[in-house]
Amino acid sequence: MSKQQKQYIVISSALLIAVALLFIHLGISGFGSDVLMTAAAGVAGYPIAKKAYMTLRMRVLGIESLVTVAVFGALAIGEFWEAAAVTFLFVFGSWLEARALEKTRSSLKSLLDLQPQTASVLRDGEEVERSPDQVNIGEIVRVRPGEKIPVDGVIQKGRASVNQAAITGESIPVGKDIGDEVFSGTILESGYLELEARKVGEDTTFSHILELVEEAQDEKARTQQFLEKFSRYYTPGIMITALVVFLITFDVRLSLTLLVIACPGALVISAPVSIVSGIGNGARNGVLIKGGEILEQAGKVGTIAFDKTGTLTRGEPSVTGIKTFGMPKEQLLYLAGRAEAQSEHHLGKAVVHHVRKVTGQSPEPADAFNHLPGLGLSAEVDGQMLHIGNCRLMEEEEIAIPGEIETYLHQEEEQGKTPILVAVSRQIQGVISIADRLRNDARELIKQLYSEGFSVVMLTGDNARTAASIAHALGIDEYYAELLPADKVDAIRRLQFDGQTVAMVGDGVNDAPALATADLGIAMGGAGTDAAMETADIVLMADQLSKVSYSLGISKATVRNMKQNIYFAVAVVLLLILGVLTGNVFLAGGMMVHEASVLLVIINAIRLLGYGSEKPSRQPLFHHKKQVEAYGT
Amino acid sequence: MTTTTFKLEEVSCPSCVKNIEKATGRLEGVSKTKVLFNSGKVKTTYDEQKLDPNVIEDTINKLGYQVVSYH
Repeated sequence: MSKQQKQYIVISSALLIAVALLFIHLGISGFGSDVLMTAAAGVAGYPIAKKAYMTLRMRVLGIESLVTVAVFGALAIGEFWEAAAVTFLFVFGSWLEARALEKTRSSLKSLLDLQPQTASVLRDGEEVERSPDQVNIGEIVRVRPGEKIPVDGVIQKGRASVNQAAITGESIPVGKDIGDEVFSGTILESGYLELEARKVGEDTTFSHILELVEEAQDEKARTQQFLEKFSRYYTPGIMITALVVFLITFDVRLSLTLLVIACPGALVISAPVSIVSGIGNGARNGVLIKGGEILEQAGKVGTIAFDKTGTLTRGEPSVTGIKTFGMPKEQLLYLAGRAEAQSEHHLGKAVVHHVRKVTGQSPEPADAFNHLPGLGLSAEVDGQMLHIGNCRLMEEEEIAIPGEIETYLHQEEEQGKTPILVAVSRQIQGVISIADRLRNDARELIKQLYSEGFSVVMLTGDNARTAASIAHALGIDEYYAELLPADKVDAIRRLQFDGQTVAMVGDGVNDAPALATADLGIAMGGAGTDAAMETADIVLMADQLSKVSYSLGISKATVRNMKQNIYFAVAVVLLLILGVLTGNVFLAGGMMVHEASVLLVIINAIRLLGYGSEKPSRQPLFHHKKQVEAYGT
Repeated sequence: MTTTTFKLEEVSCPSCVKNIEKATGRLEGVSKTKVLFNSGKVKTTYDEQKLDPNVIEDTINKLGYQVVSYH
């Protein structure tokens, strides 16, 4: 039945009932009002009876069949008012519920609406309109102002400001230039772009987001297991009770009322509506939360571990100083650049970047290259053996660090820089200092997390002094330094061993094992990195640290909302049954309470949609205050 | 065993969930069936030797819920 039809039925039966009531009020004609009431029951009851017939045909005894029997029964014994009221309430209730449910699902629906519909592709030098999934990888796509970018691609020509809200939840436009990556689903606000398609159709970041959210909204929470257990006993329990009541009282009406009233409508939807609202709110804010269980887990987090590089810092380290001990600076830079040319490490890339800036060209790769995880590298350049890395590398290679150099290292480290040693032919020739800028919102976030009662831990592969300096700048009390990737996993385990529920925040690329080990893995800047989107429990699409606090907050609020709904629904159902059995609740009144409870559960869930938008000054979201223990390594 | 997801027009009443789960769960060969309330889908796991997905689709349609597509 269409919404329109439903609406007509609700309105016409309401009018019939109103006129009938008017008749009774004016004392005009008892017969007239009876006819009108019966007509109302007929109008409102027709769709119910039709559905009852359909379900019965499939041998399913649903609430519609019970209501239909009850209504016929009421009409048979002359209870016209009761028949009209019950059918009207049932139809009106379901109409209201459908409208309210639409609201809970609206955030996700509006996300779906952002899906691009057409793409202007260049084929044989001519521009043609195609559906976005028909674009081939490598083809050139044109995008004009007001249009949605139809594919993930790289800009070949043009410049534009792009609204990336579909991906990151952030609606302030971002400037994009040649060579930049743009995402499908984002909107070109001004400018003009020609891009080369890299990912199309279902492979785009936007499609992945939609897919994840689609799945997440029906991912069950653990709390729902309680409900499933409950309904396993509840439904047969009600059947038996109704039968027993009938056998004792021979009152068909009472038994039937019990069956109708006891249908657990609010219970069935109590958890799903909260989850869809919570996850919808998240998606709108660029935060992907992968289901009910994740929401619960996020609500329990007490300790938050941050990976330093790329998470608390920008992850764009740059060379801040070069000190040589004998060798000319240019020579040192030449050797280091060649040694690091193939490096995937962010520090190595910083060196290469610097060399390119100084000399204007990319260094040639080394003759031989060996990456040593957590230490640095060894390489051969022009017949010379190079070791580039931290103190540990030099210790392992038994290369002596003179006292003068050691003092210099300490100075640099205390300023939060990461000095790397360059040894040529087993002799230390220089130190290259590299530093990464802190994110603007890092300090603010840490302060907020502490005030909300969380413990905060920083994990880093950096040396202890650099770590101390950065932890101090951010106000973090606890940190673990000089960690190899595997050590990060151990650090998380140790925190868990202390009985804490640990969330790990990282970029999801280098710290995937730690993200997986933590009770809750939060990946930042997930847009564009599929691995991060797959492994993490919560993905922050935007590269915005402040969303960490938001995502824990919305999770907690959603879990609370869900619990309110469940307890409320159980309480209403039990009270109604008690009311029916004690003769205080009859069919029409019971139906009203029942429908109202379903509606209330939905309205409660709708409240979640406003989370995070109405409060300009953020209040603490968490009530438990935990003592923060301070210790460093 | 195979799992098929049926996309429905929209599931907006709590009783629909129960009706669909009961009717499809009773079909011969079905081992598990779940209504995804929010996304309006029915996910059914069944023995493809014994049951054709068309039969499941038919069952859902006959209950009065329109199946839009399935895969």
